[in-house]
Amino acid sequence: MLEISNLACTRGDHQLFSGLSFSLSEGELLQVQGENGKGKTSLLRMLCGFLAPAAGEIRWRGQDIRDLDEEYYAEMVYLGHLNAIKDELNALENLRIGAGLAGCEVDDKEAIAALRHMGLRGRETLPVKVLSQGQRRRVALARLLVGNAPLWILDEPLTALDVGAVGLMQELIGTHLAKNGMVIFTTHQPLEVAGVETRRLTLA
Amino acid sequence: MNKLSLFGLLRLVISRDLMLAMRRRADVLTTLIFFVMVVSLFPLGVGPELGMLRKMAPGVVWVAALLASMLSLGRMFSADYLDGTLEQMLLAPQSLSVLVLGKILAHWMLSGLPLVLMAPVLGLQFDMSVQSLWVLIASLLLGTPVLSMIGAVGAALTLGLRGGGVLVSLLVLPLCIPVLIFGTGAVEAAASGMSVASHLSLLGALLVLALVFTPWVTAQALRISME
Repeated sequence: MLEISNLACTRGDHQLFSGLSFSLSEGELLQVQGENGKGKTSLLRMLCGFLAPAAGEIRWRGQDIRDLDEEYYAEMVYLGHLNAIKDELNALENLRIGAGLAGCEVDDKEAIAALRHMGLRGRETLPVKVLSQGQRRRVALARLLVGNAPLWILDEPLTALDVGAVGLMQELIGTHLAKNGMVIFTTHQPLEVAGVETRRLTLA
Repeated sequence: MNKLSLFGLLRLVISRDLMLAMRRRADVLTTLIFFVMVVSLFPLGVGPELGMLRKMAPGVVWVAALLASMLSLGRMFSADYLDGTLEQMLLAPQSLSVLVLGKILAHWMLSGLPLVLMAPVLGLQFDMSVQSLWVLIASLLLGTPVLSMIGAVGAALTLGLRGGGVLVSLLVLPLCIPVLIFGTGAVEAAASGMSVASHLSLLGALLVLALVFTPWVTAQALRISME
C-alpha cells in the first residue's frame, strides 16, 4: 500500500502543491488530474524517487521509499513521457532489455507473446525507427505485460494511441487491478475501467 | 520469467551497449581515427629525426589517447538520458553502481581497447623498440580504463547541461594527469633500460582505486542530474 502524507513540491521558487495526502491500496485506480503545469508529472516523478519532496513523505508498505530504495523499485513500474526505447534496436530486443533493467529475464517466447498482445504482430523484429509513434508507445507499454510489479505509475499512457489501443489499455489495467495491483496515472483523455471506480485527485 | 542476477545485469548492460555501438559504427570509428590522425601528425610536423621521435613517442601516444577518450565521453549517458532509458536504469531494482560499471566497461571496450590495439602500430612510426612497445601496451591497458571511469563521473555530472561536451573535458582532463604521468613514465623507463614495475604498479593501484569508487560516485551524480 502506498501512502502519501503532507507532500509538497517546489520547482525553482514556485510551489506546485503542498499538503497533499492520499493513499492507494490493492485493487485501486487513481487518476491524477490538473491543468498543464500543475505538477502531475512532478508528483509521479516524486513517487519514483527522482525528485526529493520539499516536505512530507511517501511510504510503501509502511516504510519511506528512500529507505526502501531497491526493494521498492522491484515492486513498481514507471512509464514516463519518454518511451525508453532505442531506435537502433527492434521491438523484441527493446522489450527484453527493458524487462532486464526492471530485473526480470524474459525469453523470446514471452516477449513475442507480449508484443503480439499489444497488436504488434509482424513488427517484432523490425527496427523501432521504422515504427510509428503509436506503435513505439505500444512497444513501451508491452513492458507492463512482462513484469509482475504490483504498482504501476503511468504518465500519460494514452499519448499517440489509437482507439483500439486505448481499449487494450483499459483491459490491461482491469486485469492488473483484478490481481490486486495498483495503478496511478495521469491522462487528459477519458479512461474508464469496467467494474472499477476511478478515484480522482485534482491538483490545483 | 526469472529474476536477473547482479552478474546478469552487468552482462545485459554491456551486451546492450556493444550491440548499439555495432548498429552505429561511426561513433566508435571517429575515436579511433582521431587517435591515429593526431599521433601520425607528429612525425610529419616535427620531421623524421629518429632520436627526437623516439624521445617524444610515449608522450605523444598518451596525450593523443587522453584526448581521443574525451571525444566519446559526452555520448556515454546522453543518448540514454534523452530517450528515457536512464530513468528506467535508475529504477532498476539492482545496484545502480553495478549497472554504471557495466556502462563504463562497455565504453572502455569501444573507446579504450581499440586505442590499445592500435598503439603498437603507431609506435612503429616513432621507431620505438619492441620492449617499449610492450610496455606501452601494458600501460595503456592499465590506464585507459581509469580514463573511462574518471570520465564517467564527469559525464554524469554534466548530463543535460548546455555545452556539456567542452565542460566535461575541462573537468576530467586535470584529473587524468596522474594516469598520464605514470603511463608515459613507464614507457620512458623502458626506453632507458630502467625497471618499469613501479610505474605499472602505481597505474594498477589507480585502476583499483577508480574501480572501487567511480561507479558509486557516478551513480550518485546520475541521481542528482535526474532531479
